[in-house]
Amino acid sequence: MFKWLEENTPKLVLAPSFIAVMVFVYGFIAWTAWVSLTRSRLLPKYEIDGFIQYDRLFASPRWDTAFGNLFIFGILFIVIAMILGLLLAILLDQNIRTEGALRTIYLYPMALSMIVTGTAWKWILNPGLGLEATVRGWGFENFTFDWLVNPDMAIYTIVIAAIWQSSGFVMALFLAGLRSVDGEIIKAAQVDGIPTWRVYTAIIIPSMAPIFLSAFIVLSHLAIKSFDLVIALTGGGPGYATDLPATYMYAMAFSRGDIGQAASSAMIMMMVVFTIVVPYLYSELRSKDG
Amino acid sequence: MADYSMHTVQNNNPIGKIALRWGLYVMLGIFAVFYLMPFFVMLTTSLKSLDEIRTGDLISLPREVTLDAWRTAWSGACTGIQCEGMRPYFWNSMLIAIPGVAISTLLGALNGYVVSQWKFRGANIIFSLMLFGCFIPFQVVLLPMARVLGMMGIAGTIPGLIFVHVIYGLGFTTLFFRNYYVSIPSELTKAAKVDGAGFFRIFWSIFLPLSIPIIVVTVIWQFTQIWNDFLFGVSFSQAGTQPVTVALNNIVNSTTGVKEYNVDMAAAIIAALPTLLVYVVAGKYFVRGLTAGSVKG
Repeated sequence: MFKWLEENTPKLVLAPSFIAVMVFVYGFIAWTAWVSLTRSRLLPKYEIDGFIQYDRLFASPRWDTAFGNLFIFGILFIVIAMILGLLLAILLDQNIRTEGALRTIYLYPMALSMIVTGTAWKWILNPGLGLEATVRGWGFENFTFDWLVNPDMAIYTIVIAAIWQSSGFVMALFLAGLRSVDGEIIKAAQVDGIPTWRVYTAIIIPSMAPIFLSAFIVLSHLAIKSFDLVIALTGGGPGYATDLPATYMYAMAFSRGDIGQAASSAMIMMMVVFTIVVPYLYSELRSKDG
Repeated sequence: MADYSMHTVQNNNPIGKIALRWGLYVMLGIFAVFYLMPFFVMLTTSLKSLDEIRTGDLISLPREVTLDAWRTAWSGACTGIQCEGMRPYFWNSMLIAIPGVAISTLLGALNGYVVSQWKFRGANIIFSLMLFGCFIPFQVVLLPMARVLGMMGIAGTIPGLIFVHVIYGLGFTTLFFRNYYVSIPSELTKAAKVDGAGFFRIFWSIFLPLSIPIIVVTVIWQFTQIWNDFLFGVSFSQAGTQPVTVALNNIVNSTTGVKEYNVDMAAAIIAALPTLLVYVVAGKYFVRGLTAGSVKG
C-alpha cells in the first residue's frame, strides 16, 4: 500500500487539477454545446432540437451588429497595436538614454483593469465636458468629437482605448525580439554600408516572424474576450451599436434570460478562438516535444 | 543582451545626426504624453471640485486642490441603493485575490513540478489539455458555472469567486512553473531519489528554494488577473460580495443624483492602485509574466 502510494504520488498530485480542468473546462464546454442545440429559454432544457438557436442567432440584427463589430474592432485593434508596438520598439532600440523610464510609461496601462481604462476614456471622450469641450474652449468653436455618442463611430472609441491599453505590451514583445536578433549580422550589414532602415526591413523585421505570430495570437485573444472595456466605455450603446459577441452573450445570459441564445453565441465565440489558437498551440507543443 | 547599442542609427553627417536624435526624442516624448494623458486627466479631475470641472477644461490643473472626491469615493459613493463607497469592495477584492493567488500558485507549482520532473505516460497530454484551458473564452463556461456554484451552495459568495479564479488560473500557473522547471536538469531529481528523498521532500528542499523568481512572476500575474477581473465578478457575485471592478462600474453608471465625475475618477484610481503599485515596484516580473504567456518557454 505504502509503496503504491509512493509510486503514484505524482499522479495523485496532478489528479485534482486534471479532474477540475476536465469538468470545469471541457465538461462545461460540452454542456454549453449541448444546451445550444435545445429550445432552452429561461431554464435549460435538454432535448436536442437541432440548430434552432443558431438560426435565431443569425437572424438577429443585434447579433449581426455584434459579430460585425468583432471584426471591425478586432482587425483595427490588432493591426494598429502591432504597428504602434513595432514602431515604439524600434524607436526605443536606438540607444535611448531614458529607455527604462519610457518603457515603464508605455506599458503601465497593461496593469490597469479594463474597467478603469473604460472609465478614464469615457470621461475624456465625454462630448459635453471632455476633449470636445476643451478644444472648443481653446477657440475652435466648431470642433466636434462626439464618437462616444455617435452610433456609427462609437465602436472606434473602443478601438482607441484598447490600443492605449495594449500597445505597450506589443512594444515589450517586439523589443525583446529586437534584442535577440544576432548582432553580428547587423554589424556586418552596417560595415557594408547598408542604411539602417534597410537593415530593419530586410534583416531584423523578417527574423521576428514568430513574435508577430505571438503578438497576433495574444491580441486576437484579447479582442475576442473584450467585454469589460465595452461595458465600462459604452455599455454596448448607443442602442446596441457597440455590442460585441461577449456583451451579447452576457445580455442574453443574465438580463434577457435567454439561455439558448447565450449558449449558442458563446459557442460561436469558442469557434472563433479555436480557429485562431488551435493551430498555434498545436505547432508550439509539437516544436517543444520535437 | 550585452550590447544594447548594436542597432544604433549610423549617420556620418553631424548636423543631420543631431536633428535625427532630436526628432527621435520628440516622437518618444509625444508617445509618452499619449500614454500618460489619461492618468493625468483622471488624477487632476479627482482633485477638482464639481464646479471647477463644469467650468474648466480637461487638462488644466486644479485651481483649488480638494480631497472631497477621494473621501466620497472611498466611503460614501453610491452603487445603486447602497452608499458605502469603494471601501467594502476593495476589501472584497483583497479577500478574493489573496487566497485565490496563494492556492492557484501552490497548485501550479506542484503541477509544473510533476509535468516537468515526474513525467508519466499521458503527462504531456494532460499538460496540453490544461494549457488549452487558458485560451477558452470564459463566456463558454459562464452558464454551467452559475448552476454548479448554486449546487455547491457557494453562489454569490466570496469562496465561490475564489474557487472560480483558482480553477481558471490553473492553466497559466502550471504553464509558468512547468516552463521554469523544465530547464532544471532531471539528474538532480534522480540523484535525490537515489539518496532516498521522496516526491515532496525533493520539491520542498530542492525545487522550492530555486523557485523564488517564478513564484514572484506567478503571484504578480495571478494577482493582476484576479484583481482586474470583471466578467467573473459581475456574473458570480451579489450585493455585498462584489469585487472592486464591479463596484467601480456601478458607481460610474449609477444614475441617481448628480453625476460626480471627480468621484468617478477617484474611484477609478482607487481600483487601479494595487496593480499599479505592483507594476511600479516589480515591473520586471510583471513584464516577464506577460511575455511568458505568449512567447515560447
